[in-house]
Amino acid sequence: MNLKLKKILFYGGILLVGIFAPVVFPAYTFQLAILWLMILFALTWDILGGQMGYNSLGNILFFGAGMYVCVVVQIGMYYDVAEYTAHFGAVKIDYTPYQYFSGLALGLVLAALFSLVLAVIFGWIVFGLRGPYFAIGTLGVAIAAGELVGTWDYVGGGGGITVPMYPGDPDDRAVFFYSLSFVSAVSTFIFLKWLYSTRFQLAINAIRDDEEKAEAMGIHTNRYKTIAWSFAAFFLGISGGIFGNMTGFIEPLEVAFPTVTFGIFMVLMVLLGGKGTLWGPVIGAVLFHLIKEITWTYLLGWQWVALGSLIIINVVFFQQGIMGWVMEKWPDLFGIKVDEDVVSAKGTNSVNNKVVS
Amino acid sequence: MSNIIEVRGVNKSFGGVVANHDISLDVQTGKITGLIGPNGSGKTTLFNSIVGYHPIDSGTIQFADREISKMRVQKIARLGILRTFQQTRIYSEMDCVKNMLISAAHHHTGWFDMFRKYPQELTERAEHLLEFVGLFAKRHLISGDLSFGQQKLLEFAMALMNEPKVLLLDEPTAGINPTLINGLINRLKRANHEFGITLFVIEHNMRVVMNLADSIYCLAHGEMLAHGTPDEIKNNQNVINAYLGAH
Repeated sequence: MNLKLKKILFYGGILLVGIFAPVVFPAYTFQLAILWLMILFALTWDILGGQMGYNSLGNILFFGAGMYVCVVVQIGMYYDVAEYTAHFGAVKIDYTPYQYFSGLALGLVLAALFSLVLAVIFGWIVFGLRGPYFAIGTLGVAIAAGELVGTWDYVGGGGGITVPMYPGDPDDRAVFFYSLSFVSAVSTFIFLKWLYSTRFQLAINAIRDDEEKAEAMGIHTNRYKTIAWSFAAFFLGISGGIFGNMTGFIEPLEVAFPTVTFGIFMVLMVLLGGKGTLWGPVIGAVLFHLIKEITWTYLLGWQWVALGSLIIINVVFFQQGIMGWVMEKWPDLFGIKVDEDVVSAKGTNSVNNKVVS
Repeated sequence: MSNIIEVRGVNKSFGGVVANHDISLDVQTGKITGLIGPNGSGKTTLFNSIVGYHPIDSGTIQFADREISKMRVQKIARLGILRTFQQTRIYSEMDCVKNMLISAAHHHTGWFDMFRKYPQELTERAEHLLEFVGLFAKRHLISGDLSFGQQKLLEFAMALMNEPKVLLLDEPTAGINPTLINGLINRLKRANHEFGITLFVIEHNMRVVMNLADSIYCLAHGEMLAHGTPDEIKNNQNVINAYLGAH
């Protein structure tokens, strides 16, 4: 079987699984939708964390911002936002299908664009920070965003907003949001697969390996960093809009800006799967979501302990993640050339975190 | 003969330490200029000042009649002044060819060029230059796995890939196997003759710098001690005293 056919079968198989999963497992449609969003989280986190070497703990900012922008646009297109939020969900307003879908479409577009602009603005501020300072700085920005939104009555403050109701059957609703999640995750993957085939990837890899050298060689480092973050923000903004509508109710701390759950999960998924690779985040997200759902179901009460153990094992024994380990074991599969002398001299650990073309 | 870099009256101190005091020098277009001096005499500080790594306290630095002392590192690099580092710096998790590709000149890159693929010619030029420094056989290896000397050669090739007008080399032969040094001197001379790159070289190895440079400046304690041809420098009593520790 030639390589091209294998690739078509592989990608086709994944697409078929994605399309038919809600038909085969209708009870799990929402779970599977969240799985696709988790894949999106991991993929977008890896743009900075893996490829560019900037560990952001605040990417959840764009998820929350996108969620709020999307919902406010959905409401604002047909009602007065302040009046709507003032009722704390006590009034139930029925949207016609046209109103609902047009609002959602515009909401998602504006969510993506707003997040992108936000990344440019905050990028200008936080990219002066390096290493752990960048991680803490971005974490601070995300936490502050949650707190600020919580005090802003126009968008419902800490009480949150009830999202406009889906005008139709609940089962259709599940499939609808599953499809949105699926399409946005797959689009993110395809976009990144293309992005990582251009000189953009080499530039952000250069920033990861030695930013000072990259500057000394004349690379427009600030431009690359800002653009990389705004790509992540763009897709995260969309995912926030989708997730907010799927949940049906949004509020700042637990749903929109959950720094200690989703915000940290995106980092863990990438570390588990292997950072700096295209497939690592995908594999990590699937595995992480499975482990999380299983422990939350069967080890209830101990789920955070189980999660903590997973993190410790991952960080202590598998720093390179699953993909990193596979690449170290079988470098030939990924087109990585290894000098036998070098390997035997240094032991087998010399090929960590190599970049695949 | 015109000067491509003109440094006039540059002062730079770090707190109470005066690293450069009233330094003036010229780098002649198309020539090889050497910079020597005992450890801590301010050579690398001067390099850093020229490439914009830190602001200077006073004085002027001109590149091709353009004042560059207030410009930022990337801008200066894109004008055509490139430096290599004393502690070799390469992109250690990428293979050699990728190291070379990303080092291609950035002065003409617009917004959309960021998302282009690399043309075949560029890969060919990268491989040609890797052959020039003798790393062709290792071109697909991860650069961080190379030996120190090979990394130094790679850094030199990356600088050539950028097609600079002036190349500032900070101790190009430090840490390199003595048998490879002759090959390196030869390559530096060829880069100067064949590619027309002006070289400005910090070097501790006297044999290398005397062999290589057309004119040499000597720094000591942050001040300019002497300037002349290799022969003049070799016989200058002040230079001999500075190196032997007499005052």
